[in-house]
Amino acid sequence: MSPLLKTKDLRIEFRNDDGIWAEALCGVDLSLDPGEVLGIVGESGSGKSIAMMALLQLLPRGARVSGSARFKGQELIGMPPARIRQLRGKSIGCVFQDPLSAFNSVLRIGDQIAEAITLHDRSMSKRDALKEAERLFELVAIPQPAKRIRQYPHEFSGGMRQRAMIAMALANRPELLIADEPTTALDVTVQAQILDLLRDLRKDLGIGMVLITHDLGVVAGIADKIAVMYGGRIVERGTTDDVFYHTAHPYSAGLIGAVPSLDGTGKLQQIDGTPPSIFNRPSGCSFHPRCSQVEEICRMQTPELESVGETDCACHLPLVTRDAKVAE
Amino acid sequence: MADISAPVAAPARRSGGFRRTFRKLPVTAIIGAAILLFWIFTVLTVQFWPMAEPLDMVGRRLQPPSAEHWLGTDALGRDVFSRTMHGAVWSIPIAILVVACAVAIGSLLGAISGFFGGWTDGIIMRLVDVTVAFPPILLAMAVAAMLGPGLTNASIAMVIVWWPIYARLMRAQVLEVKEREHVEAAIAGGASPLRVLRVHVLPLCWTPTLINATMDFGQVVLLAASLSFIGLGAKPPSPEWGSMISEGATRFYDWWIAFGPGMAILTVVLATSFLGDGLRDLFDRRSQ
Amino acid sequence: MLAYILRRLISIPFLLLGVASVSFLLSQMTKGDPLAALVPERMMSNPEIVAAVKAEWGLDQPLPIRYVRYLGNLLQGDMGTSFSTRRPVALDIAERLPATLELVIAAMIIGTFMGLALGLLSARFRGTIVDSVARIFALLGSSLPVFWSGLILLYVLSVQLRIVPGTGRLPPRVQPPPDVTGFYTIDALLAGNFPLFLQVLSHLALPAFVLGWAVTGIITRLVRSSLVEGLSLDYARTARAKGAPERIVLIRHALPNAMIPLLTILGFTFAYLITGAVLTEAIFSWPGIGSYAVRAAASLDYPAIGGVTIVGAVAFLLANLVTDIAYAWANPRIKVH
Repeated sequence: MSPLLKTKDLRIEFRNDDGIWAEALCGVDLSLDPGEVLGIVGESGSGKSIAMMALLQLLPRGARVSGSARFKGQELIGMPPARIRQLRGKSIGCVFQDPLSAFNSVLRIGDQIAEAITLHDRSMSKRDALKEAERLFELVAIPQPAKRIRQYPHEFSGGMRQRAMIAMALANRPELLIADEPTTALDVTVQAQILDLLRDLRKDLGIGMVLITHDLGVVAGIADKIAVMYGGRIVERGTTDDVFYHTAHPYSAGLIGAVPSLDGTGKLQQIDGTPPSIFNRPSGCSFHPRCSQVEEICRMQTPELESVGETDCACHLPLVTRDAKVAE
Repeated sequence: MADISAPVAAPARRSGGFRRTFRKLPVTAIIGAAILLFWIFTVLTVQFWPMAEPLDMVGRRLQPPSAEHWLGTDALGRDVFSRTMHGAVWSIPIAILVVACAVAIGSLLGAISGFFGGWTDGIIMRLVDVTVAFPPILLAMAVAAMLGPGLTNASIAMVIVWWPIYARLMRAQVLEVKEREHVEAAIAGGASPLRVLRVHVLPLCWTPTLINATMDFGQVVLLAASLSFIGLGAKPPSPEWGSMISEGATRFYDWWIAFGPGMAILTVVLATSFLGDGLRDLFDRRSQ
Repeated sequence: MLAYILRRLISIPFLLLGVASVSFLLSQMTKGDPLAALVPERMMSNPEIVAAVKAEWGLDQPLPIRYVRYLGNLLQGDMGTSFSTRRPVALDIAERLPATLELVIAAMIIGTFMGLALGLLSARFRGTIVDSVARIFALLGSSLPVFWSGLILLYVLSVQLRIVPGTGRLPPRVQPPPDVTGFYTIDALLAGNFPLFLQVLSHLALPAFVLGWAVTGIITRLVRSSLVEGLSLDYARTARAKGAPERIVLIRHALPNAMIPLLTILGFTFAYLITGAVLTEAIFSWPGIGSYAVRAAASLDYPAIGGVTIVGAVAFLLANLVTDIAYAWANPRIKVH
C-alpha cells in the first residue's frame, strides 16, 4: 500500500527582523498510510504545526520550505498555488485550535460550511450546499442542524463550534484530516467528547488523520503511531504503544510524566525550562539544557534519529532500560 | 497559531539606545524630518536669501513662471517664489505656537483630570465633550470671527479647537501610570499629590502626546491656512500661504499664484504625517 | 451595546445644551458687546431696530435671563437675522442645506468607494508598486488643502481640458428642477428630465471628487490595515485551508470584517467632510451652507456664523449617533453583549 502522506527531509526557515535566517524545522521524515492516525506531539515552538501548515503552503509569507512532502505520490512542496488549492479542503481537511477565531465571526456558520463545498463543486447551488451542511451537522452530532446553520459562530458553545469546524473540514470527504490542537481551547469534558467524535469518524469514514497536540494524553487513545518533536526535529517515533511503554527519549519520558494519570493519584510532572527559540538553539542536542541525563557528547553533537529498541529515537543516551518503570 | 507566529515575531535585539532606535526609522520618516528641517531652516534664514522682498513689486504683473521669477508674479507684480518662502515665517512659527499651547493647556487639564478624578475630572471632561462636538473648522471660524479677524485671534481659535485632544490623551496616560506600583508607593510615602504628579507620573506620559503633536502639526498648518483663506487669519499683503491661495482663487486662470503656497502646505502636511507615522510605529514596537 | 446606544441617546440633549451654551457665550463675547452679534453696525443708529432686537433677545436683562431667552429662541428655530441677506438665519440655512447635503453625500459615496477600492488593491498587492501608488494617491488626498486641490483641478480639468463644467450647481441661466427634495439630482430624475440630471451630475462630479478625495486617505489607510490584519488572522487561514483563492479570502472573508471598523470612522470622516465642504463650496461657488459660512465669516455676519456653527454641531452629533447605531447593527458579536 502506498502511503497517503510521506515527508522526506522537510525543512522550514524563517527570517527575523535583522534578516537572519534560522531553521524552524530541521529535516523531518514522516509517513502515514490511508486510514491511519498519526499523533505529532511537542511543546509549542517544536515545529509540529508549521510542518503541517507547510504541506498546505499555509505558512506566513517569508517562510522558506525545502525537502519533499508527497500526498498520494504528488509532491506538495513547490506545487503551483492553483493546484494546491484543489487539494486544500477537498482531499485534505483542516481543524484548527481555536474554533472561535478560526471561524469568520461576521459570517453565518452554515454559509462558511457551504462555501467549503461550493469552492470545490461549482455545479452545487448554495441551497444544496446548505442542505449538505445540515447533513454534516448531523454527522458530527450537532442538534437542531436546520437552526444551527443559520447562526453566527459566537452563538455556539466552544464544543459545538469545534464540532462545526470538524464538519467543515469533512465537507468534501477528504482522505486526510489535519487537526491542529483540536481540543486545546476546550474544557476537559468537552475535550473528551471531541476526541470520541474524531475516533468515531475515523472508524466510520476511514479517514487518515494527523493529530497535532502538546498533550500526549490526547493522542494516547486514538493514534496508531506517534512522532515526538523537539526543537524542529523528530526526537522519537514509533507506534503509540511503543512510545508509551518502550520510551527511549528522555523528552518523551518527560512528556509522559506530564500526563496526569487517570486514577488521580499520579502527580502532574513538568519538564523544567522552556523550549529554545529557533534563533538561539543550543549546540548539539537542542534538548540538552533541560535534560536530566545530559553528558558531554550531548553538548557537542546533534544525535541522529535511529532505531533504538522498539522505537526510533534521536538521543545519545536512550532510556531503553526504563521500560518496566513506565509500564507500571 | 502560536507555533507559526512565534519565530517570526521573535523580538529584535533591543540594544543600542537612542541612535540605534532612530536608525530604525523608515526612509519616509527621515524624508519627512528632512523636509521639516528645511522649512525651519527657511524660517530662520529666509531674510538673508538673495531674492526679491516679498512685498516689493519687482516685475510686471501676472507673469507666468520664468527663469527670473520661478513661480511667476502675482496681481501686484510681486515674486510668488519669494512670497512662498517668506510664507513659512508666518505659518511654521504659528503652527508651533498653537501646538505648544494646545499641548500645554490640554496636557495640564488632562493630567489634573486624570490624577485627581472626581468632580474636577467631570467638569473638564464635559468641557472636552462639548468642544469636540463642534466640527473643528466651524468652531475655529466662529471663535475667530467673534474675537475679530486677525492672526492672533485665529491662533487662539485653533488652540481652543485642539486642546481637548491632548486633554484626553494625557488623561488616559495618567490614569494608566497612576496605577503603577512606584506611584502608589510614592503616595503611600506621603509625598504631596502635586509632587507625585510632577515627579512620578508626568515624565512617563509624554510619548503619545509628542507623537500626536508631530502628526497634528501639519493639520494645524492646514487649518491656519484655511482660516486665512476664508479671511479670518493673516491679512493681505502679508505672504501667508492661505491668503495667497485666496488671492490665487480670484484669478485662477493665473494658476501659478496659488501653486507655490499650495505645494508648501502639501510638503509640510506630508512631512509631518511621514514623520509622525514613523515615530508611532517605532514607539509602538518598542512598547510591546 | 444597547445600553451604550441608550447612553449615547441620553447624552445628546446635554451635548446640545453644551453646544448652545458655547454659542451663547461666543455671542456674548462678540466685540465685547452682545448687541454687536445681533445688529449690523450700520443699523446701530436706528433706535427702533435696536429696541426690537433688545426686547427679543432680552439684552436689557441680566445674563441668566438672556441665556434662557437665547435658548428659548433657539428652540423655536430663531437664530437671529443675517446681516447680509436680512432674512432669518434659520431660513437661509434651510434653503441651502440640501445643496450641502447633496455634495457631502456624493463626496461620502465617492470617498468610501475610492477608499475601499484603493484599500483592497493595496492589500491584495501589498509590497508592490500598485500598493505604493494607491497609498500615495490616498495620502495626497488627506494632505492636500481642498481649497487648493479644487482650484488646481478646476483649472486643469475645466479651463484647460474642458472635461468638466465650471463652478456652481448648474450652468448659468439653466433652470433648476422643480423643488421636491432640494437635491438637484433626485429632483431632476423625479421630473423625468434626464438631460438636466446629467448636467447636474457633471457639475457635482468635480467638487464631490475633491471633497471625497480628502477622506479617501483615512478610509484607504483603515481598509488596508484591517484587510492586511484580517489576511493574517485565523479565519483567513481557515478559508485558505478550505481551498479559497486569495481573491475570495480577501473579498468574502477579510472585507466584511473590515466593514466594522470602517463604520466606526465614517462619523469621524464626517467631521472632515464638513470642514472640507466649507472650503470646497467656497472654491466651487456651491450655494450651500459652507459658502454661506465663508461669506458670513468674511463679512463678520455674526448671527449667520452662530447659526451655521450650531447646525454643524447638530449634524456632527447626529452623524456620530447614526455611526454608533450602524456599528451595533452590523456587528453580530456585539448584539449579545
